[in-house]
Amino acid sequence: MIRHHLRGVGLAALACALGLSACATTEPDQGGTAPAKDRSLAAGLDPATRSDPYPSTYQPLPRENFAVVGATVLTGTDRKIENGVVVVTDGKIAAVGDASTPVPAGYRLIEARGRYVTPGIIDVHSHLGVYPSPGVQGMSDGNEATSPNTAQVWAEHSLWPQDPGFNTARAGGVTTLHILPGSANLFGGRGVTIRNTPSITMQGMKFPQAPYTLKMACGENPSRVYGGRNQSPATGMGNMAGYRAAFIAAREYKAKWDKWQADHEGSPPTRNLQNETLAGVLDGSILIQNHCYRADEMALMMDMAKEFGYRITTFHHATEAYKLAPQLAQAGVCAAMWTGWWGFKMEALDAIEENAALVDAAQGSCAVIHSDDAELTQRLNQEAAAALSAGRRAGLNISEEHAISWITSNAAKAIGVADQTGSLEAGKRADVVIWSADPFSIYARADQVFIDGALAFDRTNPAYQPTSDFELGQPGYGLTAANVAEGAR
Amino acid sequence: MRLPHILAAAVAALSVAAPAVAQDTVAITGGRVLTGTSVIERGTVVIRDGKIVSVGTGAAPAGARVIDATGKTVAPGFVAVDSGLAGTEVGSVGGTNELRNASNTLSAAFDISYGLDPWSFTLPVARLGGITRAVVVPQHPGSSGGHVHEDETAGAGDGGYQTPGLFAGQAAVIDLGQDANILVKPRVAMVAPFGEAGADIAGGARGAQFVLFKETLAEVRLYARNKSAYERAGLRDLSLSRADLEALIPVANGSMPLIVTVHRASDIQQVLRLAREEGIKLILDGAEEGWLVAGEIAAAGVPVLLNPISNLPADFEMRAARMENAAALNAAGVVIAIKGNEGSTHRAREARYNAGNAVSHGLPYGAAIAALTVNPAKIFGMAGQFGQIAPGAAADVVVWSGDPLEPLSQPSAVFIDGVEQPLTSRALLLRDRYRQQTPMPPAYRN
Repeated sequence: MIRHHLRGVGLAALACALGLSACATTEPDQGGTAPAKDRSLAAGLDPATRSDPYPSTYQPLPRENFAVVGATVLTGTDRKIENGVVVVTDGKIAAVGDASTPVPAGYRLIEARGRYVTPGIIDVHSHLGVYPSPGVQGMSDGNEATSPNTAQVWAEHSLWPQDPGFNTARAGGVTTLHILPGSANLFGGRGVTIRNTPSITMQGMKFPQAPYTLKMACGENPSRVYGGRNQSPATGMGNMAGYRAAFIAAREYKAKWDKWQADHEGSPPTRNLQNETLAGVLDGSILIQNHCYRADEMALMMDMAKEFGYRITTFHHATEAYKLAPQLAQAGVCAAMWTGWWGFKMEALDAIEENAALVDAAQGSCAVIHSDDAELTQRLNQEAAAALSAGRRAGLNISEEHAISWITSNAAKAIGVADQTGSLEAGKRADVVIWSADPFSIYARADQVFIDGALAFDRTNPAYQPTSDFELGQPGYGLTAANVAEGAR
Repeated sequence: MRLPHILAAAVAALSVAAPAVAQDTVAITGGRVLTGTSVIERGTVVIRDGKIVSVGTGAAPAGARVIDATGKTVAPGFVAVDSGLAGTEVGSVGGTNELRNASNTLSAAFDISYGLDPWSFTLPVARLGGITRAVVVPQHPGSSGGHVHEDETAGAGDGGYQTPGLFAGQAAVIDLGQDANILVKPRVAMVAPFGEAGADIAGGARGAQFVLFKETLAEVRLYARNKSAYERAGLRDLSLSRADLEALIPVANGSMPLIVTVHRASDIQQVLRLAREEGIKLILDGAEEGWLVAGEIAAAGVPVLLNPISNLPADFEMRAARMENAAALNAAGVVIAIKGNEGSTHRAREARYNAGNAVSHGLPYGAAIAALTVNPAKIFGMAGQFGQIAPGAAADVVVWSGDPLEPLSQPSAVFIDGVEQPLTSRALLLRDRYRQQTPMPPAYRN
């Protein structure tokens, strides 16, 4: 597996390209061989080092080589294989094909006739861990709603790994989650992408080499929160002024650092975490995840991206994306949407069930179904089914093998991990779900969920049904309701 | 535009005394008929004058308009319970919200039926999800849905009474037919939160709420026995307004059910005991931990309105929430009704998916259909009037392309009181406007 070092390519890469000292400090384990430079700063003071101060310690669960045989396989690449074979070697997809696909000797065979296999489900909009269960005061860590620009905060620093919602999401086939700060602020902070495996620490879940993201929010939320405090932004135009001021400041900050890296004249600029994140957006290393409902506002955000020279990776919620489908596709921006949510506020008034299908219909589109919800994330396959159904009702000819991309491969693209997961293709991480039935059926349950080739959930084996620390000894603990001794919660 | 048609239909409906009824006989033939209590393969459902005339395997009556449902599924229209349909348009727009009243001189007396809007755009959307009736309930701080408005203040003045009251007000049954008469029955039940939300109202602790509740019922009974003394100010001061006292008389004498929103198993036990001691008739709402005390709920003969997908310990009242709650309660003999999501208003249409998830977590299929149809009618005292395909019941019938619990199924015909409904909605108008690619701007379409 080629691992692109996505997170560190920003200022550090620029500095390296200029042949400067920062290169020596980007890889601490090479420190012994690099020539010492008088003017280099301590790692914590120099953004060019782009140090990884809270590095992933993720280790896959114990695993074996195996092959799933006999199932209907939806690959996530618009392919449907009846009686298919999926071969997993050392945690990676080794081969996917029809019944003639050879399985190496010694591999465990998982008979899945009558069942379905898909890539692991990816939820690109989750607040698990930052708005965990129980949702009580003391655990509400998702919105640093103290200033319209909190680009300096990182969701990973709020993430509580003991949220029971991680386990229930896994039981719904979710193997990768993108955890975002809330949408109270214009800039809510950095998001973090995680592998959905139980861990005592955030670092133990952190998706190695996944790019950082920045949450931005359009519309009603920031103007309501801050306007309600009689401060800016109180309006849509105030929102725009706030974003633009921040990017102007970030440009200046980046220019100062770029200059100092080039000439080392005078004192280095002071490191500023807020501007550093925004500078990462400007240099393309941090991906914009933009909460934005209305078509007119998405169009403004796309113009603003041109104004300041950055890219929007994904619009979230995007309830009016169908009004702008060709433009989104042309700009290469993903839209992450619900199917059934509408009418809870003005900017959600025009949400329609066909949103994903209409966005998807544009050439070069990237339609994604997301949750933003600890219950819905357990059933993204059903939300995709409802979207598919609405699309067919509208006369669009959409196959299941295509629609599954809305919660797998397109979702991976929307958070910058498509080279690693989101489809059943040789070389990808073996994130695999075996469903009891067609995942577009309401009755389908995830029977087995594999993450990096390791069995992370088994519906019929309690040994593979993790419980969080919080759940131990709580009311109902250890009891099974309705004598249905299967699944999680 | 559809609006003129809607208005014309409304005017036509207003010009007759009763809800509009179809004059012709309709026979829906060849489909898999879910009656609400049984399944008839290749059945025939005959509709006339707004009612189900017959259901069986016979031929369509001569002269009937025949709808061929071969390969399809025919089901009773679903009944949304714990719903806000027709009572709100946009969750965050306070002026559209008729579900909640902050006046504390009118808590129990709050009658939701006056504010329900037949022209609400929430109704056609729900209809496309197979919903034909709804029990619309007042919201309170412990409601499962809607959006709590933090800036709400008392409306009719506080009058020195409890703020807010222990009671949220009275629920109403509506139909979702496209006409001006959606009200089927007002004041079908009283609503009150218990558990944390109820305790907050009483001062913070459950022990206060139960005492306050009993004291309130005692005052209602005192008032009911001494109305003339009350009128001439010959009765001691009471803690509720006259309107609230009056509204609570049917609750106190057990003739009007009290919908109690409650989650924790121990709270359910306490509420069951309270009802026994006070002689009041209960409907439990929520009951996420109900499976822990399913036998007691069944023994008390108390029905439950629940959302089967509530499985997270969202707070300390729901630590035992499980996907199998619906199955466990049903197995214990409790009559259950399955709710939609977020207060069954904009997302009322998801009730069928919730039922499907209950099935995949152990609830028998027939019980899931019943929980959307016959059970709600039974729980609200209207058994036989709607919610089933049986002779004499209102002809609320939906023809589905397949299993109605499957997202991939869609309705192909919806009848309410025997009237075929248009399969459209504001959302579908938006869809069609933007699906077309024409040189003219969207505003020129439709």
